Amino acid sequence: MSNLNLKKLTIVRGKTHTARELSLTFEKGKIYAILGPNGAGKSTLLKAIFGDVSLRKGEIEYQDKTLYKTRLGEWRKPIGYMPQDTYVSANLTALDVVLLGKLDSLSMHLNESTLQAALKVMEKVGCLDLAQRDIQSLSGGQRQLILFAQVLLGSPDILMLDEPVSALDMYHQSVLLEHVYQETKKRGLITIMVIHDLSLAAQYADELILLKNGTIRAQGSPSKVLTPDKVAEVYKVDIERLFDSNGTPVIQPKRASSTHC
Amino acid sequence: MSLEFEVIQSAIKNQRRSEIRRWRIVLIFVFVCLASLTLDIATGPSMLSPSEVLNALLLADDVEAMTKVIVFDFRLPMALMALSVGAALGVGGAEIQTLLNNPMASPYTLGLAAAAGLGASIVIAFGSFGLPLTLAVPIGAFAMTMVAAGILFIFASIKRLSSEMLVLAGIALLFLFQSGLSLVQYLSAPEVSQQILFWLFGSLTKATWENLFVTSVITAICISLLFKDAWKLTALKMGEERAASLGVDTKKLRLRVLFLVAVMTAVAISFVGVIGFIGLVAPHVARMLVGEDQRFFLPLSMVIGAAFLSAASVLSKVLVPGALFPVGIVTSFIGVPFFFWIMLSKK
Repeated sequence: MSNLNLKKLTIVRGKTHTARELSLTFEKGKIYAILGPNGAGKSTLLKAIFGDVSLRKGEIEYQDKTLYKTRLGEWRKPIGYMPQDTYVSANLTALDVVLLGKLDSLSMHLNESTLQAALKVMEKVGCLDLAQRDIQSLSGGQRQLILFAQVLLGSPDILMLDEPVSALDMYHQSVLLEHVYQETKKRGLITIMVIHDLSLAAQYADELILLKNGTIRAQGSPSKVLTPDKVAEVYKVDIERLFDSNGTPVIQPKRASSTHC
Repeated sequence: MSLEFEVIQSAIKNQRRSEIRRWRIVLIFVFVCLASLTLDIATGPSMLSPSEVLNALLLADDVEAMTKVIVFDFRLPMALMALSVGAALGVGGAEIQTLLNNPMASPYTLGLAAAAGLGASIVIAFGSFGLPLTLAVPIGAFAMTMVAAGILFIFASIKRLSSEMLVLAGIALLFLFQSGLSLVQYLSAPEVSQQILFWLFGSLTKATWENLFVTSVITAICISLLFKDAWKLTALKMGEERAASLGVDTKKLRLRVLFLVAVMTAVAISFVGVIGFIGLVAPHVARMLVGEDQRFFLPLSMVIGAAFLSAASVLSKVLVPGALFPVGIVTSFIGVPFFFWIMLSKK
């Protein structure tokens, strides 16, 4: 039982349901993209898995453990979670921030191997040159890379990324997502990411989950989920669906004005 | 491959260089502390030369008996108390600021000092239950500070309460305890009120070898326990949500840090009275010099706090020769302009 199982999850925040009887199974070695309009309950779902949001009903299970029946620290150990907000108000260098990803192994004197591991991850992600820069002086995109490196350094079994590429340029988007892909396949991770770019989701994810108002509207392979009808229903936008040379769907919204003429 | 190796090696070298630079800054302030300690022992009603002080401290044979008495019985406990209280307040401020992620927070702004004042004033005004005043007043101050800490503790253990709300709760407590203090002063006779006022000034003259021993041992224990959590505290600066995602039990850490800081500052304030500002200024200077990696931030806040109070103690004796100003007054007088200067000179 190495799957992550969500069973009939109901979450209520204030008066709105951000999850209604959600049931999902996440398998090892697969990338899941959670899609949906703003306020659909995407981030809340990640927080719930992380144990940061109380559940009204339902259970979350992973490897014979059930959330809230296990000590929270124990539950969170295999999870690497990168929240959406990348703002950091600390006078720390980028390297310090990455090192924190492996908090358990840090001691008063940083040994050579710890430093090497952190710097290697930074090199792979493409942010090694930022190592000694103050994290507060970095741009939003640079911070996303640093925080991604931090999560990777912890070598998690479950990787949860909340809009990991929202502030990145095209080059770094593909570097980061390619890295997510490689790690997921090589190390058999369960990867769940919230992402707004439907075409990127189609390119990298094995399975898409389309959410609205806390319920699943569509689930499955990119070409199954990203149909003009379903996207129009969930996002209230007319789209044009193209295909790239690999047969992966590319989603292009139509201009509102052109639909009338 | 070898190119990658070289790039990483040079990044490691950069990191080592930056670590050495920061240790050097800590070391410089250790020397400032030692220099200030020497001056602190040398200054007073009868001035000694630094060489006399050093000779006496090193137990040389040719030191006059009178000098020995001055150094060991009067000035050394006071001078060491300045270092020890300064260290406690510096670290206390640094960790409260870290905990609440707020540069305006300190044990003082959270109402801990005001609580100590109220505790002391109650004992001075309403009696000491048969205990001698020198013992009863610190006990009263300590007890009331722990009451304030206890209330903060309850707020801090409410999981959903944000750091901002905790700062607000602290400020509210500050007002509450200050009103309590005013009430006690209002109700008591003018002489008693005067006595309370003198306690509130904060003065190192209350130092003895006994209370120095208590203060320094407790400060040392609390600081080393805080230092054990150095990396977790660094992680806390990333924000509570993120720290939790890095594997920190933020609630436990919050309570532990609050407890240690409360005990440490309560003890320090109980013996010397209210000395504000160090808890605010020492961490700021430390942060500007070495950043917030707690391996450097914590020890530097400690030595800067110690150096600052020690220097204030020297100044309190030499500003007007022959007169000894309460050090609590002097710290703010020199501290505030210094603080403004630092704020304005920041690039």
